[in-house]
Amino acid sequence: MILKEFRELRRDRRTLAMLIAMPLLLLVVFGYAANFSVDTVRTAVVGPQAEQATTQLPAFFDVTTVEPDGTRSTAEDLLQRGEIDVAFVSSTGSAVALVDGSNLFAAQSIVSVLNRLSDQVTTEVLYNPELKTSWVMIPAIIGLILTFIGTIITSIGLVRERQTGTLEQLAVMPIKPSTVIFGKIAPYFLVASIDMALITVLGMWLFSVPFNGNPLVFALGGALFLFVVLGLGVFISTVSQNAGQAIQLAFFFLLPQILLSGMIFPLDAMAAGVRWIAYFLPLTYFTMISRGVMLRGAPLDSLWLPIGALTVMALLVFTGAVLRFRRDLAPTRRKRVSTTEEGTETDTQAGST
Amino acid sequence: MSYGVSDAWVRFGSQAALRGVSVDVPTGQVTAVVGGDGAGKTTLLRSLVGRVGLDQGSVAVPARERIGYLPATAGSWLDMSVQENIDFVGGAYGLAGQALAQRSDPLLERADLAGVRDRLSGQLSGGMRRKLGFCLAMLPDPELLVLDEPSTGVDPVSRVDLWRLISEAAANGSAVLMSTTYLDEAERCASLLVLHDGRTLLSGTPHEVVSSLPGTIVSTATLSRPDFGWRHGRELREWFPEGRQPTGGVAITPGLEDVVIASSLKLALDGEEQP
Repeated sequence: MILKEFRELRRDRRTLAMLIAMPLLLLVVFGYAANFSVDTVRTAVVGPQAEQATTQLPAFFDVTTVEPDGTRSTAEDLLQRGEIDVAFVSSTGSAVALVDGSNLFAAQSIVSVLNRLSDQVTTEVLYNPELKTSWVMIPAIIGLILTFIGTIITSIGLVRERQTGTLEQLAVMPIKPSTVIFGKIAPYFLVASIDMALITVLGMWLFSVPFNGNPLVFALGGALFLFVVLGLGVFISTVSQNAGQAIQLAFFFLLPQILLSGMIFPLDAMAAGVRWIAYFLPLTYFTMISRGVMLRGAPLDSLWLPIGALTVMALLVFTGAVLRFRRDLAPTRRKRVSTTEEGTETDTQAGST
Repeated sequence: MSYGVSDAWVRFGSQAALRGVSVDVPTGQVTAVVGGDGAGKTTLLRSLVGRVGLDQGSVAVPARERIGYLPATAGSWLDMSVQENIDFVGGAYGLAGQALAQRSDPLLERADLAGVRDRLSGQLSGGMRRKLGFCLAMLPDPELLVLDEPSTGVDPVSRVDLWRLISEAAANGSAVLMSTTYLDEAERCASLLVLHDGRTLLSGTPHEVVSSLPGTIVSTATLSRPDFGWRHGRELREWFPEGRQPTGGVAITPGLEDVVIASSLKLALDGEEQP
């Protein structure tokens, strides 16, 4: 019995990969990514005393912007756009530190450092004044749930057609492959969109998470993200023969997104060798958008990077996956040569024998 | 009118699934494709419905809207009711409302499925599900009906029902091509094609096929050459090639099963005799 189990296991490459490669991958990735402490924070110093204040700040504050002519409004704008983590608004004799509370771990580190500084700095945490974990987690969890629906549920739904053989029937029926693909994907897109709205409203209602930005920007980010994760789901379905394989493969995509997207561990705190993986994960960009819009009220133009990245991903992943799916529906090897008058189609092939 | 494939070659990698197979599927009759596992039956049927491209050869089929196809798998959507399956497939062929009802109601009546319209396909028995799959394939009133092992795994009563439905489809003018592993079914078809390892082993009417075997088959108590014998019920049968006198037993009039087995033995013998 043990020998039989080992023999089967040896031939089930996906399970074998999960048993051997996954723990190693998790250990390495988790080990390097699991870091809550932020070493430096992007800092702006504005106001008449900006130049002088900059020289007095500890190295923890990586000053990226110095604007002696700037005001509190300038600082708030920079924070809202997500360009900095903290802004010092200096004036004669005192300074106010405005902290971006939507970047939780950075904000906690900033507050901790500022508390050790002199009493001359007054700290104000914006967008998440009480530094509630739920406020930063809910926008990311929306993305996680969409990833779950997009990859696992969609791939299972599609692979079921293959498993039961009905994909074969669909391919033979007089329905265009594009119609089949649209018909298969549209319901999941719709359900996931409803889920997104529902989770967002529930999150706001249950956890008092604010929604400070433009819902249309949020919807745009959500739609692009959905195209990416639905594309992943379609792709998974094209390389899986049954629901078990689809779920296994979906977890390969899901797990790194949970660990590396910045949802739990801040991107800034990750080792550089691991952080680059995060920039290939769609959830990383959705989290930037959802936190930006919901908590900071970030405008569309400040989110060009995540929206641009998701657009490219959506185009590549969704198109690639749909083409693969289309190939399953319409084999291209067959070349139509003629159609007779009686409506009988004659397909002739020639090849080496 | 007649449909079919001619000199069909299909390769999957280095493996040839069909090697120059031809089959004629005339309208108004049932043509059977017979063969063991891996003989190429499903590949042949899939090439007719456009799911497998030929590396060489030609296919003559009606327009896609006039092909009915029952694959070897479920044949219907398990999480949808009988009526929902009918509505979905009918819709794909442009049938709805009264036109769909006029087409589907008699089919469901004949298949004894009219009383279970609301039952999920997944909750039907194996035989009923196959009959539903057949009804779905029949919805477009197909000129060419392709059925991949419609009766495999089906209870004997449902097999009789299915055969009745298939022969009615042919009688109503469809060209029917069905694969089967049951030789008694093949014997009832107007013509048949026996495949072995992607090659045509035998073809013609059942009578032509049965008469085509060279040599003699005997019923015997002991096999003189075990490699050329097989068990048939409680008897043993042995094939002697043309020009070789039987060493014992009683010569019989072979059935289709005997001829198919003897033909595969002949093929093996011919292969051995090749330099």
